[in-house]
Order: sequence, then structure tokens, then C-alpha cells
Amino acid sequence: MPEAILSAKGLEAYYGDFQAIYGIDLEVPEGEVIAIIGANGAGKTTLLKSISGLLPNEAAHVVFKGRPIGDLRADQIARLGIALVPEGRQLFPSLSVEENLMLGGEVGRDGPWSLDAVYDLFPILRERRHQPSTSLSGGQQQMAAIGRALMANPELILFDEISLGLAPVVIKSIYEILPEVVGEGMTALIVEQDITKALSVSSRVYCLQEGRVSLSGRADEVTRDQITAAYFGAAA
Amino acid sequence: MIEWANAVLQGILLGGLYALFAAGLSLIFGVMRLVNIAHGDLIVLAAYLGLSTSVTLGVHPFVALLIVLPLMAAVGYALQRGLLNRTLGPDILPPLLVTFGLSVIIQNALLEGYTADPQKLSAGPLETASIPLGELSVGVMPLLTFGIAVAVIAGLQWIFYATGLGRGFRAVSDNQEIAQLMGLNKAHVFGLAMALALAVTAIAGILLGIRTSFDPSIGGGRLIFGFEAVIIGGLGSLWGTLAGGVILGVAQTVGAKIDPGWQLLAGHIAFLLVLAVRPNGLFPRVEH
Ligand SMILES: Nc1ncnc2c1ncn2[C@@H]1O[C@H](COP(=O)(O)OP(=O)(O)OP(=O)(O)O)[C@@H](O)[C@H]1O
Ligand SMILES: [Mg+2]
Repeated sequence: MPEAILSAKGLEAYYGDFQAIYGIDLEVPEGEVIAIIGANGAGKTTLLKSISGLLPNEAAHVVFKGRPIGDLRADQIARLGIALVPEGRQLFPSLSVEENLMLGGEVGRDGPWSLDAVYDLFPILRERRHQPSTSLSGGQQQMAAIGRALMANPELILFDEISLGLAPVVIKSIYEILPEVVGEGMTALIVEQDITKALSVSSRVYCLQEGRVSLSGRADEVTRDQITAAYFGAAA
Repeated sequence: MIEWANAVLQGILLGGLYALFAAGLSLIFGVMRLVNIAHGDLIVLAAYLGLSTSVTLGVHPFVALLIVLPLMAAVGYALQRGLLNRTLGPDILPPLLVTFGLSVIIQNALLEGYTADPQKLSAGPLETASIPLGELSVGVMPLLTFGIAVAVIAGLQWIFYATGLGRGFRAVSDNQEIAQLMGLNKAHVFGLAMALALAVTAIAGILLGIRTSFDPSIGGGRLIFGFEAVIIGGLGSLWGTLAGGVILGVAQTVGAKIDPGWQLLAGHIAFLLVLAVRPNGLFPRVEH
């Protein structure tokens, strides 16, 4: 197994007094796609928020390329090379499509991704570049959100439910580009409700349940029964 | 008839100054949802800094601006990073209280430093110069003030919509969390926004000091004019602040023409009328 580019060690996360995550251990090997699955409210988004710095943690709880980053701010973590495609896309409504993409490049990291590269990946965005981001369809918005994250030339990209609310054909086309993205030497951590999809694109899978890891294993080895158990209690 | 036309013209030009009072307020509110109660006192502070600079160095107030403008911008950045950022959060009360306290502190410091005696900035012959316009005559200084206001607002508009800095301002205004994910440190972005707002305040303060005499107590009144111009124009619209300033200015000068005691009252009535007809102001920013 390649060396882990990111690891979580006993990660805990709180919203005020409410604890949402209880000591999660996780390893993301460099260059691989890791899937996170779990029921609604299991803590998947919270995990990604903790990694990306939107929720504060203890320094040692998150380690990126050997460096403890748990206590860094989100903008500092972004500059180190972690990008998040947030749940619900969350484009900036006051900005045009192109401005959203340019903002993604604000971190100033070098790499293969540029406006042109993103437009080559999603040609429709080139056509719509000067329109307000709110004028895009859901699928196009997701493309823009992915493009915005790629513009940062991250080493690790986090996807939070990129298929949520999209038509199956759109989901298919978005997942088709995933190898192209990860092929650029990027590592990906994806949160996905569709278990079949999650298993088909990832090398390892983690299942969360009520803020804990209830199952982890190689995507081609975990069984349906194990997943069902890990999803709905009676942890495997 | 000609006197009324003159009152309207003077009001329009006065509106430029009010727009400058308003632009900084609008910018700050737009970027970080902060209502700065000390804004008027910061304008007066800038006027005093202009006074000290022009008297000490023996230079024209416009030249003093070369020092006062960067100085106010630096004050703005430091104030934001050192104090105001700590007050921002889901609760809107702390920034109101803290900027109110700041307003009291600035007034008292100015009183200590400069006494309560009215002061004025001297712009020399420029103050009395005028150009004939048909049967009317327009003062060069009011005309210049209006021109500067238009230029400042055009400049702010350009910064907001055509530069990386402005893109950051709009992004942080839309969604602070996601903006942080893009590598923007919001504490720094807010600092830059306050620096820019107080740079505008520096210009407003110098122009105010040339136009009328000032003393440490007049900040509150300037704050009200700024507020009214912002609300009339519509929150979040920079050109709206100019329209708001002009409406307020015209209402005041026309009111004063009817009866000198009505100047301020007429301005407030115009403000209330606009609010009654268009509660969101004339050019509210479209919400998405
Ligand atoms: N902002 C918040 N404040 C308080 N509690 C929160 C907040 N966001 C999430 N939670 C709680 O934290 C827990 C984990 O939520 P999280 O959003 O991480 O789940 P999730 O696995 O992403 O779910 P979903 O599949 O619905 O997106 C839930 O119990 C949720 O109610
Ligand atoms: Mg979620």
C-alpha cells in the first residue's frame, strides 16, 4: 500500500457542545480514491469539514504529508493542497462562472489545472463562463464546483455527495471524469450515498455510523451484508 | 424660479459629499455585515488629521490627503484585525456596541487633542472660485467634490467587479466558509475592506473640512446622512449611494430654501418617503 498522504488519528469533532464524530481513524494512500459511505447524519460531511479546516480540531488529529494540520485554518489548509467540493455545490452567487473558477485558483498553487484545462474538461462551462453561476443547471453547477476545486491544483480533493440531486445521466458523466482527475496524480476522498457507485470508483471504503467507523476495507472485498450491517447498526 | 434651480443644483452637488459618507458604510456592510457606528467620527478624525498635516507641513489640504489617505487606510486595517474582527459573529449586537464605544472614544480623544473650537481646512482661492452656468453660478469646490465622489464610486465599482480583490470581497460576502476554502483568510479580507472604506473616509473628511467648519461633536450627524444615503440608494449598491446622496442633498437644499430651519427635517422626510414607497431603497442589490 502506498504511503498515506492523509491520515486521521482519533479525530473528534464538535458543533458547540454536540459531539458529531468520536475518534475516527482513517488512512488515505497517495494516488488512490477512498470512499466514505454512511447513513444520513452519520458524520460524513463533518469529517470532510474537519479535514478541510472548517471545523477546528486538535493539531495531531489530522496529518497531511507528515504534518499535523488539525489546528490550521481552512485557508491555510487550502494552500497546503487540500480542496473540498462541498455538499450542495455552494458556488458564489455574486460571481460569474469564470470568477468562481478563478477564485479557486486564488491559492496560487502550480499544477496542470488552469481555466483552459477546466474548460477542456467541461466545455459547457466555457460557453457559460460570463453568466452568473446561479444561471447554471444543477449538473453544470456541480461541474463548476469541481472545476473550482481543481483550479487550486490540490494534491488531495474531497468530494461531498457530488451526485446529490442530479439526474442519473449527469451523475454518470461526472463520474466519468473522475479517473481523468485522479489520473493527474491527485488523491481523492469521496463521500457518496450510492454504495454501488462508491465501491466501483474507489480502492478502499469506510462506512461511518453515528460518528464512528463501523466498517473499513478494500472496495473489492467488503460484502453487501457487511455494508448493510455497518450502515444500520449491529456493526460488523 | 432661478433660485429654485440653484437650490436643486447645490443639492445635487452636496449629494456627492453625502455619497462619500455613504460609500464606506455601504462597503463595510456589504462585505462583512458590520454597521459601523463610528463611521461619522472617523470622517471627522480624517478632517482633523488633514488639518494637522496641512498646518504642520504648510501644504494644501489636497496634498495632505497624500498622507491622510494611507494613514486612514492603515488605521482601518489595524482596527479591523485588532478589534472589529473579534466582534463579528452570528450576534449583531457586539459590533454595534463596540463601534458605538469607539465613536465615544474618538470624540473624546479629538476633544482632548483639538478642543471643542470649530476648525476649518483652507483650500485657498479654490473655495471662492465659481464658474457661470447660464444664469446660475456653480462653485468650483462643490463641483470638484461631486466629481471626486463620482470618480471614487466608479473606482470602488471597478475594484469590486474587475479585480481579484473585489472578487474576494464578493466571495466573502456571499459565503465566508466557502471563501476560506478558496484560500482567502477572511480576517485579512475584512481588514482590506475596512482599509478601503477608511481611505474613502479620508477623502470625505478632507472635503467636509474644506466645505464647512467642524468640531469633534459633528460625527453623529455625518453618520446619519451617510446612513440615509445608503438606505435611500438601496443596501449593497455603490451607485445607489450616489443616488441616495443626491436625493438627500436636494431635499436638504430645497427644504432650506423654503425655510432655513427645514434643511435637516426635509432630508429626513425625503428619507422616510423613499422608505415608505420602496422599503429596500431605490437600487437594492438583487438577492439570489
Ligand atoms: N451545523 C451543525 N450544527 C449542529 N449539529 C450539526 C451541524 N451539522 C451537522 N450536525 C449534526 O452532526 C451529525 C453529523 O452530521 P453530518 O452533516 O456530518 O452527516 P452526514 O453524514 O454528512 O449526513 P448527510 O448524508 O445527511 O449529508 C448529525 O447528527 C447532524 O445533525
Ligand atoms: Mg453530508
